[in-house]
Amino acid sequence: MTGSGIDALSVLAEPLRRRLYDYVARRGDEVTRTEAAEAVGARRNLAAFHLDKLVEAGLLEVDRRKVSGREGPGSGRPAKLYRRSAREHGVQLPPRDYGTAAALLSEAVERAGAEEALYAAAREEGERRGAAYAAGYQQVPQRSQVRQDAPGAPVSADGLAGWLEAHGYEPVAEDDGAGSADGPPVGPAGPLPDGGPDSASPAARSTLRLRNCPFDAVARSHPPVACGMNLELLRGLLHGAGADAYRADMAPAVEGCCVVISPVGDSKTNNR
Amino acid sequence: MLKRMSLHHLAQINTGILKAPLDDPSMAEFVALLDPVNALADSSPGFVWRYTDEGSNDATAARPFGDDVLVNLSVWQDRESLWNFTYRSDHLDALRRRREWFTRLSGMHAALWWLPAGRVPTLQEARSRLEMLRSRGPSPEAFTFSESFPPPGAHESTASVSARD
Repeated sequence: MTGSGIDALSVLAEPLRRRLYDYVARRGDEVTRTEAAEAVGARRNLAAFHLDKLVEAGLLEVDRRKVSGREGPGSGRPAKLYRRSAREHGVQLPPRDYGTAAALLSEAVERAGAEEALYAAAREEGERRGAAYAAGYQQVPQRSQVRQDAPGAPVSADGLAGWLEAHGYEPVAEDDGAGSADGPPVGPAGPLPDGGPDSASPAARSTLRLRNCPFDAVARSHPPVACGMNLELLRGLLHGAGADAYRADMAPAVEGCCVVISPVGDSKTNNR
Repeated sequence: MLKRMSLHHLAQINTGILKAPLDDPSMAEFVALLDPVNALADSSPGFVWRYTDEGSNDATAARPFGDDVLVNLSVWQDRESLWNFTYRSDHLDALRRRREWFTRLSGMHAALWWLPAGRVPTLQEARSRLEMLRSRGPSPEAFTFSESFPPPGAHESTASVSARD
């Protein structure tokens, strides 16, 4: 059961593969071999070799399609397009099964009509996490290079994005009015090739879309329960961190997390 | 990818027992959501039809299943379109707050079933699907999102597919 998780993990032990995986995951879209190779600074054939290893391990999925706009020899052949696999890989040693526990607890909450108790608990947990973050207590492992605001300083957009990134939400800054989630990922997502996070603060005063749902399995089996819990967790986080310039609202789309985080006073969501 | 024209649509019945009359202040936010959420349903991909009271744009007046029971009966092209409206649109925001307005229901309060495209379900039919689900659990005749069945004649099985057509 944990075998596939361990295999996937061991494939990621190779540094170039890890960088390729991170790049494809952060793009949130289909990526060509050439793009991936350029992003990690590797030769195309070497990148292709490692991309296919990632596919074999079930970490990436591949699609073959003709890519428009390509020129030159070979441009007529279908290109291999890579995207992150939706398959989950978990490694818990000793073996653990929190997924079953979460599903059963969600079912019980629904049967008992105890949503409000769950939301209250989530809100409180969020507030604790937010307060801990704001106080600078949160010790994020150094390798993830999450930017932290100085203790006592108001929480910045980048700090918020970094926290969300560290907790698996994969925030993407959405420019005001642009109305699309195609912006660059914000917050450093794990170890990147150059380790130098963009300093231009793309998250400043923009809406944060969350590309990944950390509670995906429960959000599918018990959507109102899990998504309501997640919303309260994030609202509590903002409140606890003193990030009063931001608000969390339900804004589900077909993909991704159901919550969007936006600056207070944003014309779209200033009515609550 | 080939997508065959589906000969069947997915019908859904969903009932809820109101915690208070609709004109009670505690229900004001729910009432305010009726029009926008109904409009969202009407404009959602895959929406086919929804039951409304005669001369009304919603289904809050007639109360065919009891004085305090609201009924939501609609038809969608397939499971995915109903799923996306129910759980992946602004409707989810209302759903997460349902305990503010509806009492907890013991037993099955919602059912899904396939019906020939172009046909509209009756309230009586909806009630019997709900009773079928209650008495014998999910079957191709009446099922739930978590234990759903493919439309008649389709072969991609999700759960135990009925042997007959």
